[in-house]
Amino acid sequence: MDAHASAGHAELEIPYNVHPRPDTGLYNGKLGVWLFLASEVMLFGALFSSLILLRTGAESWPRGYEFLNVKLATFNTFILILSSVTVVMAWSHLRLGDLKKGRIYISATVLCALIFLTAKAFEYSHEFQEGRFPKTNNFLAIYFTMTGLHGLHILGGVIVFLYFLGPGAKMWAKEPERYTNRIEIVGLYWHFVDLVWIFLFPILYLM
Amino acid sequence: MALRRQIRVGSQWMYADEAHKALREALRVMEDEKAAEGHGGHHQSFIRRYVFSTDHKWIGIQYGFTALLFLLLGFCLMILMRLQLGWPGQAFSIMKVLGESRAPGGVLLPEAYNQLGAMHGTIMIFLGIVPLAVGAFGNYLVPLQIGAPDMAFPKLNMASYWCYFPGGLIMLASFLAPGGTAQSGWTSYPPLSVIASQGQTWWLIGMVFLITSSLLGSVNFIVTIIQLRAKGLTYMRFPFFVHAQFVTSFLLLLAFPPLEAAAVLQLMDRIAGTSFFLPSGLVVSGQALANAGGGNPLLWQHLFWFLAHPEVYVLILPAMGIVAEIIANNTRKPLWGYKSMVFATVFLGFMSFVVWAHHMFLTGMGTTISAFFQTTTMIISIPSVIILSSLFISLWGGSIRFNTPMLFALAFLPMFGIGGLTGLPLGLAASDIHLHDTYYVIGHFHYVVAPGTIFAMFAGIYYWFPKATGRKLNDFWGKVHFWVSFVCINGIFFPMFAQGLAGVSRRLYDGGMQYAHAKEIASQTNPFMSICAIGLLAAQVPFILNFFYNAIAAAMGRRDEGLGSNPWQATTMEWTATTSPPLAHGNFEVLPMVYRGPYEYSVPGETAEYIPQNMPLAEPAPRGGSLLPATAVAMREN
Amino acid sequence: MEKFLAQWMPVDASEHGPYLDRLSANVHWLMLLLFVGWGLYFVYALWRFNAKRNPRADYHGVRSHFSSYTEAGVAVIEVILLVGFSIPMWYRWTHVPPPSSNPLEMRIVAEQFAWNVQYPGPDGVFGKRDVKLVTSSNPLGLDLKDPNAKDDIVTLNDLHLEVNRPVIIHVTSKDVIHSFKLPVMRVETDAIPGMEIAIHFTPVMTNETKEERDKWEIACAQLCGLGHYRMRGQMFVHTKEHFKQWLAAAPPAQTSIGGS
Ligand code: HEA
Ligand code: HEA
Ligand code: CUA
Ligand SMILES: [Cu+2]
Repeated sequence: MDAHASAGHAELEIPYNVHPRPDTGLYNGKLGVWLFLASEVMLFGALFSSLILLRTGAESWPRGYEFLNVKLATFNTFILILSSVTVVMAWSHLRLGDLKKGRIYISATVLCALIFLTAKAFEYSHEFQEGRFPKTNNFLAIYFTMTGLHGLHILGGVIVFLYFLGPGAKMWAKEPERYTNRIEIVGLYWHFVDLVWIFLFPILYLM
Repeated sequence: MALRRQIRVGSQWMYADEAHKALREALRVMEDEKAAEGHGGHHQSFIRRYVFSTDHKWIGIQYGFTALLFLLLGFCLMILMRLQLGWPGQAFSIMKVLGESRAPGGVLLPEAYNQLGAMHGTIMIFLGIVPLAVGAFGNYLVPLQIGAPDMAFPKLNMASYWCYFPGGLIMLASFLAPGGTAQSGWTSYPPLSVIASQGQTWWLIGMVFLITSSLLGSVNFIVTIIQLRAKGLTYMRFPFFVHAQFVTSFLLLLAFPPLEAAAVLQLMDRIAGTSFFLPSGLVVSGQALANAGGGNPLLWQHLFWFLAHPEVYVLILPAMGIVAEIIANNTRKPLWGYKSMVFATVFLGFMSFVVWAHHMFLTGMGTTISAFFQTTTMIISIPSVIILSSLFISLWGGSIRFNTPMLFALAFLPMFGIGGLTGLPLGLAASDIHLHDTYYVIGHFHYVVAPGTIFAMFAGIYYWFPKATGRKLNDFWGKVHFWVSFVCINGIFFPMFAQGLAGVSRRLYDGGMQYAHAKEIASQTNPFMSICAIGLLAAQVPFILNFFYNAIAAAMGRRDEGLGSNPWQATTMEWTATTSPPLAHGNFEVLPMVYRGPYEYSVPGETAEYIPQNMPLAEPAPRGGSLLPATAVAMREN
Repeated sequence: MEKFLAQWMPVDASEHGPYLDRLSANVHWLMLLLFVGWGLYFVYALWRFNAKRNPRADYHGVRSHFSSYTEAGVAVIEVILLVGFSIPMWYRWTHVPPPSSNPLEMRIVAEQFAWNVQYPGPDGVFGKRDVKLVTSSNPLGLDLKDPNAKDDIVTLNDLHLEVNRPVIIHVTSKDVIHSFKLPVMRVETDAIPGMEIAIHFTPVMTNETKEERDKWEIACAQLCGLGHYRMRGQMFVHTKEHFKQWLAAAPPAQTSIGGS
């Protein structure tokens, strides 16, 4: 959509789109993503609270480690942490003006995410084969709901990264700083998604 | 420092050097436009301009228009319900619009009544008032009032509308679902909602869209207000409306996600067969339910009310903002106690997250927890008292003009007062025992939202219509609209308190005729209330005609001659820094600067009766901030 | 004020009822005070400061701190209502009377759209219930093999109480959420499946002789489906002897359910 807007018509100049506003120290997108993450905290917070309430109210509560694939999930945890590192690397290379390295690291992040999702799909299909479905009991219900929602967040991140690798990267030519900002923002989101997993993993798999 | 000269351009005061810059910019834009027309009218396409527009003003209008239509629809559903309540079991030919399955021979069925009730509540709150108060008024006015060229994220703004609209369509489409639409109340308490027919699934999906829309919107508002406010516009110089929207956005941002989580869980219960909200051992119509069980129905209520209590302040804060603007303008003096109003609003926002369980006193709550929630509920009534008192006191010493917007704004005060005061006996758990889930509750919140919020919305429409269109709505018909609505709406809602004291439950298909304790009062009051509801509907006709006549005239380019861009002699920037209707792109010729508080009316020692926020101080600025005499004289002629 | 409100309210036939009504009346006093006070001010201000009468506004308006005093006043009254009335009442409301007071115990199981009442019978113990045993003649799924169940008394939409004897009712539901409401007793509580909520009160009036007999009813206050509006039960408050007679005549579950 951006592409047509330029010709003939001056795009609206929104202040502080790229550079921080002096008195707040933030550019618009960064403040925006912090706010968005605040709402995400409330979303996952509500789900975690539900989990706690259901668990404390339950007569018996299955233990994840007895049947879930803890090894694979541990591996996935490392993969996600790794991806958090790569996305920071991407951002710092972009800041230094190196699009090529930046792209490589973004691709690495996407790769990590895809590995994570594949492993997750593997886990899911295993559970289904063993006859464990969301409706089997409330532990599995919350397990599938929360990891599913988390998976959707990962998927969302992948789509955004792919966009910035492909068509979104055109922005680099004209506004490298803005492009860098965007990667920073997605990076913040990505850290958050990792963080959610860091909570999910012990609560669902280990406790 | 040399004295910078100020000149008047249109309705705006600026420094000569800035005006020069603006002129150059204007010339450039005009050249551009001419060039564009030369190239075969390369303007934005119709679709980009009017459908997928990213201009906050147009999005505001889209929101407003859609929301008004939904309000009207919600009202029409209510008229059908009121017909049934007034004359239970009678056939009405109008009822046949619902179809043979819901109203055979024009007699409404109980399940259809429940569908209407759930959808009336949902439509009014989520598709009517919130989009109107936040999506329309907020979108249109906040950037103008803070001197911003647009919202911080115009595309997100567009996306927000385009989540709202399909959300609304899904809600409407749910009427066609097998078994009809949602019928478990706007609160959708499980297990009832989980075992309900398919319409409930549509309701949940619709809600997910609406929640997403609100989330996108609220992020946008907060960033806009923090980042894009004009130079010199400190927080204590915000028009009160901006503060109200600011706090509202935080409520939306933080309260909606838990409902989203709850909606996801309920969807799982309905679609994937989980039992988040279903305890073990349910027997429905003699059949044991096959679910695994182990869930908790109260979990939904906690998640729902954690949203829905802040939500009610989402319904009221923008309304208070509108009323405050109009009262300051029409008393021709600053708001009294502006600062305490602002702090009260922020405090109200915080507190609204810790009162939710006052909707759940009768779910087996112990003394400690109920004591906590009663206390927070009493505490939260104090900021409302402060805001209302300040508005009342603002009248003192004013020079009050009774135009249509002011009438609606003034009526808001006692009406919200009745609604708010009747919240007190509900907030004390002991007196809530008898009143919970009766018409007393219905009366309480309708006084707040109908003659409260809706009147504030009307006030806002009459007040800012000239801003958006360059035309004023007819004042005579406006007053007719006001007085008839005022009388009728009290006729509907006041008897509800008597019904509630008598113990008449809400959501009764026949208004209580089955119950001996309710029959007498129901048969005495319900027909009268229903007649008033029809009167209220009739009272909207002059408004709707007035609205469309002027809107269409404006769309055809006919402006009110001599109206000027500041017809109410206001001080806030939406009126003084730009034209009415405002410029298409970027709102302002140059981004305005702010030099003073929002309501500088009748300033002592000034000859000008009002001083716009963006009117520069005389330089070097004296302590009191007085104007050059020549400037002041020029102001008077406007 | 109590009388004024009583004009609409149903008779008050329980021991704790008058206290609730008293609180309600006190809150309404506060509301009336605020409404009339501000209302008179409002009307006067609109008249006095009409633009015709007062062409030039006063920038400062009110300079006194009158409003702070009223706000503080409201806060103080609210604290009194809260601490002095509402919280203690809630404490009483949620603390079930001791067995020494010889309370009459029963269980109410709501269903779409009726109230099942289960008395423990002479042995004073509720019989076991099992959802698998639910049939149309045994709506509670009472397990008749359980000796405690045999003597239980089960009625439908029919609640019998004894005057001046504390009652403890365990309220629950089989299907969806209902709300058990006895308007004349100022009693209400939600009937929530998977939960049993105990409420208690003491009826202090009988409705044996009164013509009002059928006004004493069980209402459902929570939307529970299409029959919500007609989910109605009857309540009888007997004198001590009459209650005994009723109890003696009521068939035990053994015959009322087992018989069929
Ligand atoms: C905009 C909406 C809105 C607002 C602002 C409020 C405001 C308040 N509400 Fe209300 N409420 C609802 C909307 C709202 N409510 C809805 C929709 C429901 C029902 C939901 C459902 O079940 O479907 C509900 C239900 C509800 C309940 C649950 C009742 C029940 O189900 O049993 C309770 C209980 O505490 C309550 C309390 C309060 C309180 C204490 C306030 C306070 O904030 C009020 C404070 C205000 C004042 C104290 C007024 C002060 C006025 C003056 C000082 C001046 C007076 C002068 C003149 C009038 C001249 N509300
Ligand atoms: C914002 C919320 C809101 C609003 C404004 C209203 C407005 C009205 N409500 Fe509603 N109501 C609810 C929210 C609302 N309601 C909720 C949440 C419930 C509970 C549902 C449940 O039990 O689950 C409820 C329940 C409810 C009941 C109880 C039903 C029952 O328990 O069985 C009744 C009964 O009379 C009622 C009546 C009315 C009436 C007569 C109005 C009138 O005031 C309507 C006035 C409307 C207008 C004046 C519309 C104006 C619009 C226009 C004129 C449009 C013009 C258009 C253009 C210019 C394009 N409502
Ligand atoms: Cu049972 Cu309503
Ligand atoms: Cu509330």
